[in-house]
Amino acid sequence: MDTEMVNITIDTRKIQVPKNYTVLEAARHANIDIPTLCFLKDINEIGACRMCVVEIKGARSLQAACVYPVSEGLEIFTQTPRVREARKVTLELILSNHEKKCLTCVRSRSCELQKLAEELNIKDVRFEGERINHPIDELSPSIVRDPNKCILCRRCVNMCKNVQKIGVIDTNERGFKTIVGSAFNKSLADVPCINCGQCITVCPVGALKEKDDTDRVWEALANNDLHVVVQTAPAVRVAIGEEFGMPIGSRATSNMIAALRRLGFKKVFDTDTAADLTIMEEVTEVVERIKNGGKLPVITSCSPGWIKFCEHNYPEFLDNLSTCKSPHEMFGAVLKSYYAEKMGIDPAKIFVVSIMPCTAKKFEVQRPEMASSGSQDVDVVLTTRELARMIKEAGIDFTELPDRHFDDPMGEASGAAVIFGATGGVTEAALRYLVELLEGKPLKKLEFEAVRGVDGVKEATVEAAGMKIKAAVVHGTGNARKLLDRMKSGEAQYHFVEVMACPGGCVTGGGQPIQPSQVRSWIDLRAERAKAIYEEDESLPMRKSQDNPAVKKMYEEYFGHPGSHKAHELLHTHYAARANYPEE
Amino acid sequence: MEFFRAHVLVCGGTGCTSSNSEKIKQEFEAQIKKNGLDKEVKIVTTGCHGLCAEGPIVVVYPEGAMYTMVRLEDVKEIVEEHLIKGRLVKRLMAGDKDSQDVSKSLENVDFFKRQVRIALRNCGVINPESIDEYIAYDGYKALAKALTEMKPEEVIAEIKKSGLRGRGGAGFPTGLKWELTAKAVGDQKYVLCNADEGDPGAFMDRSVLEGDPHSVLEAMAIAGYAVGADQGYIYVRAEYPIAVKRLEIAVKQAREYNLLGKNIFGTGFNFDIELRLGAGAFVCGEETALMTSIEGHRGEPRPKPPFPAVSGLWKKPTLLNNVETYANIPVILNKGADWFTKIGSEKSKGTKVFAVGGKINNTGLVEIPIGTTLREVIYDIGGGIPNGKKFKAAQTGGPSGGCIPASRIDTPMDYETLKELGSMMGSGGLIVMDEDNCMVDIARFFLEFTVDESCGKCPPCRIGTKRMLEILEKITSGKGEMEDIDKLELLAKNITASALCGLGQSAPQPVLSTLRYFRDEYIAHVKDKKCPAGVCKSMMSYVISADHCKSCGICAKNCPVGAISGEKKTPYSIDQEKCIKCGACMEKCPFKAIFKNA
Repeated sequence: MDTEMVNITIDTRKIQVPKNYTVLEAARHANIDIPTLCFLKDINEIGACRMCVVEIKGARSLQAACVYPVSEGLEIFTQTPRVREARKVTLELILSNHEKKCLTCVRSRSCELQKLAEELNIKDVRFEGERINHPIDELSPSIVRDPNKCILCRRCVNMCKNVQKIGVIDTNERGFKTIVGSAFNKSLADVPCINCGQCITVCPVGALKEKDDTDRVWEALANNDLHVVVQTAPAVRVAIGEEFGMPIGSRATSNMIAALRRLGFKKVFDTDTAADLTIMEEVTEVVERIKNGGKLPVITSCSPGWIKFCEHNYPEFLDNLSTCKSPHEMFGAVLKSYYAEKMGIDPAKIFVVSIMPCTAKKFEVQRPEMASSGSQDVDVVLTTRELARMIKEAGIDFTELPDRHFDDPMGEASGAAVIFGATGGVTEAALRYLVELLEGKPLKKLEFEAVRGVDGVKEATVEAAGMKIKAAVVHGTGNARKLLDRMKSGEAQYHFVEVMACPGGCVTGGGQPIQPSQVRSWIDLRAERAKAIYEEDESLPMRKSQDNPAVKKMYEEYFGHPGSHKAHELLHTHYAARANYPEE
Repeated sequence: MEFFRAHVLVCGGTGCTSSNSEKIKQEFEAQIKKNGLDKEVKIVTTGCHGLCAEGPIVVVYPEGAMYTMVRLEDVKEIVEEHLIKGRLVKRLMAGDKDSQDVSKSLENVDFFKRQVRIALRNCGVINPESIDEYIAYDGYKALAKALTEMKPEEVIAEIKKSGLRGRGGAGFPTGLKWELTAKAVGDQKYVLCNADEGDPGAFMDRSVLEGDPHSVLEAMAIAGYAVGADQGYIYVRAEYPIAVKRLEIAVKQAREYNLLGKNIFGTGFNFDIELRLGAGAFVCGEETALMTSIEGHRGEPRPKPPFPAVSGLWKKPTLLNNVETYANIPVILNKGADWFTKIGSEKSKGTKVFAVGGKINNTGLVEIPIGTTLREVIYDIGGGIPNGKKFKAAQTGGPSGGCIPASRIDTPMDYETLKELGSMMGSGGLIVMDEDNCMVDIARFFLEFTVDESCGKCPPCRIGTKRMLEILEKITSGKGEMEDIDKLELLAKNITASALCGLGQSAPQPVLSTLRYFRDEYIAHVKDKKCPAGVCKSMMSYVISADHCKSCGICAKNCPVGAISGEKKTPYSIDQEKCIKCGACMEKCPFKAIFKNA
C-alpha cells in the first residue's frame, strides 16, 4: 500500500514524509534530534512533558512534536532561541521538583532525565523551591516506588492501564501535589498489582525499581555453611549483555556463566533444564485432560504475573491453569530434593538463587505453595539488572571472560527450553513434544512459525494423529483479557493456551535491562531479543525437551514418570482466587 | 386557562435563594391564602434579575414594582398594602419611587437603563420551571423556524452573519465553529454545552441556567440540526444545584413536548440532551479536559490538534459552546442576524454579560452591548466605588486575564481591545479594585488560584506556576530581590509559550499585566520593602498616634492577641512583635488615632 506523502519544511529543509507522521517522526526522518522525555512510542503519546516543543509557523504557542501531526506545507522550527529557552526552563522546572540524589540512584547513568540535563547543557537550576515529599512505597516484594523521584511522565500509568489493562496506578491529587499512586494511596502490595514490573522498564528515572535483593545473595555467598547455587532463565542470557554495552540481541550465555562462577556460586545451573521438565509434565497433563475429558484448554502457568492476574481477574479460569510450577520453582524443588539426595547435601543448607528476567518471581518465591521441598523451593530471585549490578560491584569484566558451560548434574537443556524466553516459545516447545507423543514418531520440522512473533494474539492449529490441536498464544495481560473474554463468551476454543504477563514474553520482562525511550521507541526490543533466543535454539544439538538426558535420568532415578505422585508433590501447585480491593 | 389579576415574582437565583427567598415565597403563599387571594394572585419563582447585591428581589405585576432587600416581615406589608389596597410599599422600592407610571420606575435606574438583555432576556421574567412560560415568550420558535424553514447551512450562514463570538473566553466566531463541525466527517457527532463556569466571581452562566434553561436546550437542538448531531451533553458543575435541578426539569418537559427526542416538529430530526455533572475542577472548563471528563476520565486537557470539531468527544466531531453563547442563538434566529449586528462594536457584535464585583456599589450581573466603556460599567451601571475611593484597576478574564489600569478606563470592552491591553474578555468576570488594593497581592491571589487548579499534567503549569507563586510570596513578604522580577518574567514568558493547554498558557497573565502597568509597585516591594497600598502585612504596621489617642482603651479591648497596652492618661501602644495586623484596633478606634504605617 502506498502511503500518502506530504511536503513539509523542517528547519528550512524541505522534505517529504508520510501523511500519518508526527513532527517528531518527521524530524527523525530528517535526522534532526528533538529531545523527548514523557514520549514512549505507542505507549505514552500524550504531549505532557513539553520537552519536545517546536515552533510551528502560524501557531501561537509552542507545540509538542511527539503528538503534532504533519500536514501539507507545514513549517517547523526545532532549534530557535524561543524553543531552546522553553525546553531549558521546563527541564529546570522538572529538576527543581526532582530528588537529585543522582550519585546513589539505581538509574544513575541510565537515567533519561540526567541525560537530557546533560544534552541541554543545564548548568544550574534557577527555579528551586518547594519539593514534594512522600514516603517511599517498598512494601511490595517486587516493586519499589519513590514518588520523590517521579517526574509524572505517566509512562508507568499508561503501561499499567492501557497496555497491561491492570490500572493499579494512576495520578492522584492535582497541580503541584499530583502524585502517581494507587487508589486510596494504598501500597502496591495491597492492590491487585501483578508485579509484572513493566512500569519499571518504562520509567525514565529512578522512581520505579525492583526490590533489591542483592545483599541477601552476597550474604549467602559469604556464608561457608551454605551450598549456594544459581539458576538462570533463558531470557537473561540474551539481554544481560546490554548492561555491559553489548548490542541489543547479543547472546552472552558463556559470559554470564563465567561471571556467576566468579561471584562464588557453587553450581551454575540452567533453568532451561527445568523448562524441559516442565514440558514433560505439562504435555502429560494436556494429554491426560484431552483423553479423560478434563478441563480444556490447559493454560500455561510459567508466568507468575499472569497467575496473579488470573487469580484476581479471571478466577473462573483457575481450573484451566496447568498445575505445573514455573520452571525455576520446579528446579528449586528438584535441587532441594533429588539433587540434595544425590549429592548428599542437607537440603536445609542449599541456598537457591534464581536469576530471572522477572519481578513477579520475587512475589512467586514467597508463595506458601512454593515450599514442597521443606523450605521455600527458591530462596532469592534476582532480576537480570540486579545480577548485572553484582557483576559490576565484583569488578568482573563481563565482556572478557573465558568460555564456560552450565554445571552438571542437570547441565543439559534443549532448544525447546531456551525458547521459553520468547512469547510463543512454551507453546512451540510443548508442540515439539505433544505432536511427537501423539504421532509416535519423530517430528520432521521443529519450527512452529505461527506461534512466533510479536502479534498480540497468535493462533495455531496443528494436526497430530488425526487430531486437530488448537493453540493460542498471548503476551501482555491486556491481550490476555481480550482472549479470555472471547473464551468466556464461547467465541474461541482451544486445547492449549500460552499466556505471558509481559508484552513480548520474558525477553522483555520487568526485570530485564532497561532501554531508554530513544531506543525502544524505534527498535522492537521484543523482536531483537527473541531473535537471539531462536538463534540459541538453532545452535543447540538437542532441540526437544523429551530428548534431554538429564531430564530422562531424573525420571529414571527419582520421579518415575511424568505426572507421577512424586512429581505432583514436588513439581505441581495450586491456585486460589484473590480479592481485588478487600475491605479492611 | 386561569387568569390572575396580579403576579408576584420572587427571585429564585442562587444569590436570592441564599438570602432566604425560598422562605419569602412561602410566606407570600401563606399570606395570600390567609387573605383569600389564591385565585387572584399568582406567586412565581423566577431567575436572576442581576442586582444581586440588593436581593432578595420581589417584583409585583401588573405594575412592575421591584422590591429589593425584602425581609420575611415585609411580606405581610406588601400583601396588605400593595396587593389588597393597591398602595406601593415605597420604602422597599427600587428606582424612582415617585414615578407616575410604576412600570417605568426602573427605566431611569442606572443599573438597568444601559443594559440590553438578550442572553438574560427571560431571567427574572419567566418561571424557569415552566416550559409553557418559555414558549409564551417565543420559546422554541427559533427551533421550529430552523427545522421547518431553513436548511442546516442556512442556519450556519445566519449565525455567521450575526458575528456572534464565543462568550466563554477566547471569542472564537461561533458560526465558523458550527461550520467546521458540520463539514467534519463522522458517523456520529455531538453538541456540547460548557456549563462548567469556573472563573472566580463569574456567574452569568449559572443565571441563565437557573433563569432560562430552555433557551440553552433550544439552542443546542438548533446547533444539532445545523451540524448534524443527534446527541447533546450539558457539562454542568455539581456546585450549581439549582441550575442542575432546573435543567433536569427543562429536559424532562422538552421531552414531554417532543421538543427533544425523536422526530421533532415532525421533521424527522432527532436530538436529545443529557446532563453530565462536573466535580468543579477549573480545568474542566477547558474544552478538551471537559470532553475527557465526560468520557469518564480524570479531567485533563489533551493536545490540539486534533481540534474538537474534527475529533472531540469519543474522537467524534464535536461542537462545544458555552451557556451564554447558546442563550443568544434563539434570539438571533428569531430577530435575524441584521438586527443582532446593530448591537455591539464593529468587530464584536451583540452583548456580553459581566459579573461585576469587588470594590463597586452595585455588585451583580449586567448585560451590556459589547464596546461599552469600562467607565460606563463602573460609574454608570455599577454606581461607582464605595466610600469615595479612587479607582485603580479592573481585572477581566479572571485568572486567565489581566488588569486594566485607571488610565485606560475609557477603553471599550471588546475582544480586541482587551487583548491589546494584555487582558481578555474571558467569561465576563469583572473585578474592580481601588487604591487599597495591592497589585502584587492581586497577582499573587490569582496565581494561588491557578496553582491550586492546575491539573498537573504538564511541568510548565504544574511546577512553573508554583515557582511563580513562591516568588510572589517572597516579594509580598518583603524578601524579594530585583532578580526575582526577572525570574518572574522569564517563567511567565516560557509558561505562556509551552504549557499544554490554554489555561496553563494564560496562567501568567495576571502577573504579566500587573508588571506591565504596576511595575513600580513590585519595585517598591522589592527595593523599598514597602507595600504602597498597605496590604502586604509583613511590610506594614499599625501605630497609635500619641497626639490623637485619648487612652480610652477600646483598642486594647478589641485586640484579639493582647498586643495593645496602656494606662489612663498616657497614649496606648502596640507591641509589634505580638501584633497580627488584623486591623481590628484601627476599625474600632473612635478617635481615628490608629493608622497603617506602610
